[in-house]
Amino acid sequence: MSRVQRIGVFVCHCGSNIAATVDVAKVAEMALLEPGVVHAEEYQYMCSEAGQAKIAEAVKDKGLTGIVVCSCSPRMHETTFRNAAERAGLNPFMVEIANIREHCSWIHKDKTEATKKAVILARAAIAKVNLNAPLKEGESRVTKRALVIGGGIAGIQTALDIAEAGYPVDIVEKTPSIGGRMSQLDKTFPTLDCSACILTPKMVEASAHENIRIHTYSEVEQVSGFVGDFTVDIRKKARSVNMEKCTGCGVCSEKCPAKRNASEFNRGLNNRSAIYTPFAQAIPNVPVIDRENCIKFKTGKCGICAKVCQAGAVDYEQKDEIITEKYGAIVAATGFDTIKLDDFDEYAYSQSKDVITSLELERVMNAAGPTGGHLERLSDGKEPKNIVFIQCVGSRDVTCRGKGYCSKICCMYTAKHAMLIRDKYPDVNVAVFYIDVRTPGKNFDEFYRRAAEEYGVNYVKGQVGKVAPQPDGSLLVQGVDLLDNKQIRTKADMVVLATAIEPEAGVRKIATMLTASIDNNNFLTEAHPKLRPVESPTAGVFLSGVCQGPKDIPETVAQAGAAAVKAIGLLAKDKLLTNPCTAKADELLCNGCSACENVCPYGAITYESREVNDHGIREVRRIAAVNNALCQGCGACTVTCPSGAMDLQGFSNRQIIAEVDAICR
Amino acid sequence: MSYGKSQAEQIREISGVNPHKCMKCGKCSASCPSFNEMDIKPHQFVSYVLNDDAEALVNSKSLWKCLSCFACIERCPRDVKPGKLIDGARQTVVRQRGADYLMPEEIPEHLDPKLPQQLLVSAFRRYRR
Repeated sequence: MSRVQRIGVFVCHCGSNIAATVDVAKVAEMALLEPGVVHAEEYQYMCSEAGQAKIAEAVKDKGLTGIVVCSCSPRMHETTFRNAAERAGLNPFMVEIANIREHCSWIHKDKTEATKKAVILARAAIAKVNLNAPLKEGESRVTKRALVIGGGIAGIQTALDIAEAGYPVDIVEKTPSIGGRMSQLDKTFPTLDCSACILTPKMVEASAHENIRIHTYSEVEQVSGFVGDFTVDIRKKARSVNMEKCTGCGVCSEKCPAKRNASEFNRGLNNRSAIYTPFAQAIPNVPVIDRENCIKFKTGKCGICAKVCQAGAVDYEQKDEIITEKYGAIVAATGFDTIKLDDFDEYAYSQSKDVITSLELERVMNAAGPTGGHLERLSDGKEPKNIVFIQCVGSRDVTCRGKGYCSKICCMYTAKHAMLIRDKYPDVNVAVFYIDVRTPGKNFDEFYRRAAEEYGVNYVKGQVGKVAPQPDGSLLVQGVDLLDNKQIRTKADMVVLATAIEPEAGVRKIATMLTASIDNNNFLTEAHPKLRPVESPTAGVFLSGVCQGPKDIPETVAQAGAAAVKAIGLLAKDKLLTNPCTAKADELLCNGCSACENVCPYGAITYESREVNDHGIREVRRIAAVNNALCQGCGACTVTCPSGAMDLQGFSNRQIIAEVDAICR
Repeated sequence: MSYGKSQAEQIREISGVNPHKCMKCGKCSASCPSFNEMDIKPHQFVSYVLNDDAEALVNSKSLWKCLSCFACIERCPRDVKPGKLIDGARQTVVRQRGADYLMPEEIPEHLDPKLPQQLLVSAFRRYRR
């Protein structure tokens, strides 16, 4: 730090992105006046091969010790320029970026003002480089095992792909079985193949795979560590049934007297017993006892399931168990649910059993569902003659009632439902009220048109304003046909609501544990919306399926594979380079107060007694010590330290003050 | 207020509605109990304001057929609230100078014993110059 730097400043035009708003020549000219700067130039595309060559050439010819690139955001090209510097023989941490695109040219119109600001930004970066010191990355190990949170189609596919690549992977699923939402679906668009027929083999494959362990009825409790070396506590909830002993015969569920509990799998449309397996193809095929509704657990009497179990598998004494595992990579595949419809009472969902959501219709249409696959009204079991589908219920709704986004899957599954109903019950009239029909996707629009053209589904452009249950049991639907400019009042026997989907409720907790970021709608955020769509901004955490945004099965499977590849790419490495911008305590300034230890979110700071030499006085003091492998460089400790002893390497207090001084000069 | 502004601009200003937010879903018209009595339908209000054709809107039957039940305001998924637009349009008419809309002599025939006195007072404030 003490020696004088020889700094080169490189100003990028970014085509016209920067040059149209910022006088780049002027920025280079002004930079030359700054202390330490021995070279400044501008070029059309600094990130190009030719641009990087200019940097290398200047390093060689002018003997540069530090570099400032005035260009786009460091998120975009910091790595590019650091690598270029390294190839030219410079320490990569001697490179600083002045963001004159996102922070300047893109947000300003006035060229004079923008140029002034660009000069200031360059000045700040130069002031910082003057104080930069070479840093060296450390190394950390990689635990060659992945964790997948969620056992739906997204989680299953990700796990299978990782397992096939030869790495062990664990699936943690909170419900008693893997399968997720897809297992609840009847048929899938646009091919109309049966959902269970294509999902069940995958479930079996996952459960039989030698590299896959499945923890069902389990939840992630705590996550610590970092990329390559996560430590995860998993709570295996008490199943009350011994997994090893149970043969899956089902006698316990049959004999259980507590039968009036809403079936989660059938969306509450029918009941299940207190000891239950969610569905026939469940994996594992081992029931759980729902302790809240079990007579034995509520009153201490009963115990019928234990008596009838030939295998002696029922175990009322079983307790939650917490297991701790190490993982190198974590994939979130937590999935979705439909929104609550409490705020949409104009559709009478709470008033009539014959107003149902599309997911409920899936169960009604399914042969293993509450009606045995027979299309009937849930109020009186009669076959409906007129069915109205309402699109965008809660989707594309920016008020506090709904979700501002398009749920993406509803147009297609509604076309599917309408088509299947018209196919099986040709005398049933089907009307679909829509705002827009959105069917991008291979063979998707053709599918929707087939519903309208070949199956005679009546598509009405307009919304439904109100559904009113009538004394005769029918439903009066008041809607509008915008193309006819007419209000429609029609009687229906059944109304199906294309209810908006939202991320599964537990996702916030998971995101917090993973320190993965989440958006306003609780969708997990990707590291880059276009270029890093399956990675979370948190290193080592990947995203699969609807937890990242609404998507259908083909897209989910594609994304699941992509997330797996990213995880495999990480697991394939033996060592990872760690960020050298970690905290460091000045042993002479540290007063041993523990404030930093308390704020550190990564548990990277401990205190140790160490002998110090304070201007000739030798004494043993209690001093903060940072574990560089754990420190993520967040800086919480540096702002907490009352004596200014904590510094972030590469972002020291001196460097930041120098930047501020340069800006305010 | 609002002098020198077009009537459509005045309607926007009074109602606070941004008609650009409308996605033409028609939920307002689907909800409107006076739909059949209206010549310009609730979902069309926005386009009249957008196209600066306030005159047609102001002279429409719809202006006085709206019951202000606010179903369209309550249910609009995009926070456009066409009911506010029509109310704004009414206001531009009501606020025109030199026009009285409520004659004292009309009152007796409309009088309802259940009608609160306060309503009459506010009606006079609003509809008399």
